[in-house]
Amino acid sequence: MKIAVCIKRTPDSETRFRVGASGSSIDEGGVKFDMDDFASYAVEVALQLKEKAGSGEVVAIALGPDNVQETLRKAMSMGVDRGVQLKADAVPFDGLAVAKALAAELKSSAFDLIFFGKHAFDTSEGVVGTATAELLDLPCVTAASKLEIANGKGTARRELEGAAEMVEFSLPAVVTIDEGIARPRYPSLKGIMSAKKKPLETKPAQLGTPRVAVKSMALPPDRPPGRIIGEGSAAVTELVKLLQTEAKVL
Amino acid sequence: MANFLVFAETRGADLRKVAGEAVSVARRLADASGGGEVHAVVAGPPGVAQKADTLGRFGADVVLAIEHPALATFAREAVAATIAQRAKSATYRAIVLGFTAQGRDLGPRLAAKLDAPIVSDVTEVQIAGDSLTVKHPAYANKVVVTLSITGTPAIVSVRPSAFAATEVARAARVEPLAPAIDPATTRVKVVQVIEGAKGRPDLADAPVIVAGGRGLKAPENFKLVEDLADAFGNAAVGATRAVTDEGWRPHADQIGQTGRQVSPQLYVAVGISGAIQHLAGMRTSKTIVAINKDREAPIFKVADYGIVGDVLEVVPALTRAVREAKKGH
Repeated sequence: MKIAVCIKRTPDSETRFRVGASGSSIDEGGVKFDMDDFASYAVEVALQLKEKAGSGEVVAIALGPDNVQETLRKAMSMGVDRGVQLKADAVPFDGLAVAKALAAELKSSAFDLIFFGKHAFDTSEGVVGTATAELLDLPCVTAASKLEIANGKGTARRELEGAAEMVEFSLPAVVTIDEGIARPRYPSLKGIMSAKKKPLETKPAQLGTPRVAVKSMALPPDRPPGRIIGEGSAAVTELVKLLQTEAKVL
Repeated sequence: MANFLVFAETRGADLRKVAGEAVSVARRLADASGGGEVHAVVAGPPGVAQKADTLGRFGADVVLAIEHPALATFAREAVAATIAQRAKSATYRAIVLGFTAQGRDLGPRLAAKLDAPIVSDVTEVQIAGDSLTVKHPAYANKVVVTLSITGTPAIVSVRPSAFAATEVARAARVEPLAPAIDPATTRVKVVQVIEGAKGRPDLADAPVIVAGGRGLKAPENFKLVEDLADAFGNAAVGATRAVTDEGWRPHADQIGQTGRQVSPQLYVAVGISGAIQHLAGMRTSKTIVAINKDREAPIFKVADYGIVGDVLEVVPALTRAVREAKKGH
């Protein structure tokens, strides 16, 4: 079982963001970065499949400046065998441009499965995985919340709005990973030590020409300050009145 | 003058609410760029073309109906190939679709097939001459990004409920559109659709959401949340990540940064402390009510109306009061 996992380095999701001086990026001062949550689920699923198969290789690929090497090392400390950095000054806000670089890297290696997170926290678009699959002309399942691989075939569950669907697909394939599928493991001390010696290759990213550009970023308007209207069930009458007369939602 | 193509989403043989919203967005953009035509693609089992009237009402000039028995479920590869083929044979300024489970899957496929720039989950769209600009809430709704897109067709997926479906008097003409590949023999096949809870709207569509957190103390107490939702009558039920991680509720019910992002008219947070992860999923709700025993809980900073108290006592009282209020109508 040969699996590639495309991972992204994103800011800590608990951050209180500020807009940077340029007005078109976040202020990264004091912001912690780590492997994106969805990417970490994808890494975990890949490692579990390799362990179940008893042999194989899991390769992590990240696009970006040299700081993504830290994210690749983290993947390797979890158990990924080697890392590939597709070097670029920055990750554009253009999912198709990124997908082109990943497809160029992935097309020459015969992977059974290629995993992505369903989307990355920062751009929150969910374009790259599915677009990469199309560029490679591979079957693709987006946002799998359950996944089983057996006899060269895959079965996945996808959450729909108010329902779910089960899909079957042939391998090789691309799968983007939703939450709830697996709890990512913590790197062990031994994992951290061995990650330092695992191969990490760097090559230039063959990005497409970005056609989606960030003009500006802004924080959403603040909500009015909260108001406590009372205590215990005695406050219920007042609440219903306010919902009827002030908020007009009842 | 420029024409616009819309993917009007169906489930089974029924149009989804977001289909009308996407057609409305395209109508407005077509009008803003000199009055071009809006072509709406609808894919489904035979008979789905009859839904065309609805799409005309929201401003479609032409309904392109892909009918095939295998399209009763979402045959994504066939739908993508057919729309891409159509888009190559005509000139469209943009392709508009919903940012839904289907749209998230379809949009990037079209972008790659057509080598077209794509923007996802947009809440505002402006067109002026060659310039197309959108607003997209990123960083889990914590930062609003304004993006400009060059190149045609641009692929724009719109956030459900962010745009109104506006009625305009228009009669759409229906044209059949032949599938570009056989929907029955695609590499990814839907083998089963598992329906969710009956009789309740989905989180994306519901005007009222009642959500429960760990303050409910035990999974069986979620009944209180469901009873309150039933009292409102039109409410969906959601949960926090803590609750879905515990297995009290399915992951699909999770509201928050990594789960569903919702903006109902009324959001009732029951026993929810208000972690940043949860607030990211619901802070754009119009009115927020919070019931929690801890006066210092962060949820009270965003709640328009907060009640400090034991949810096991306050929620049943609220359920009774809402039932009474509904009766009075």
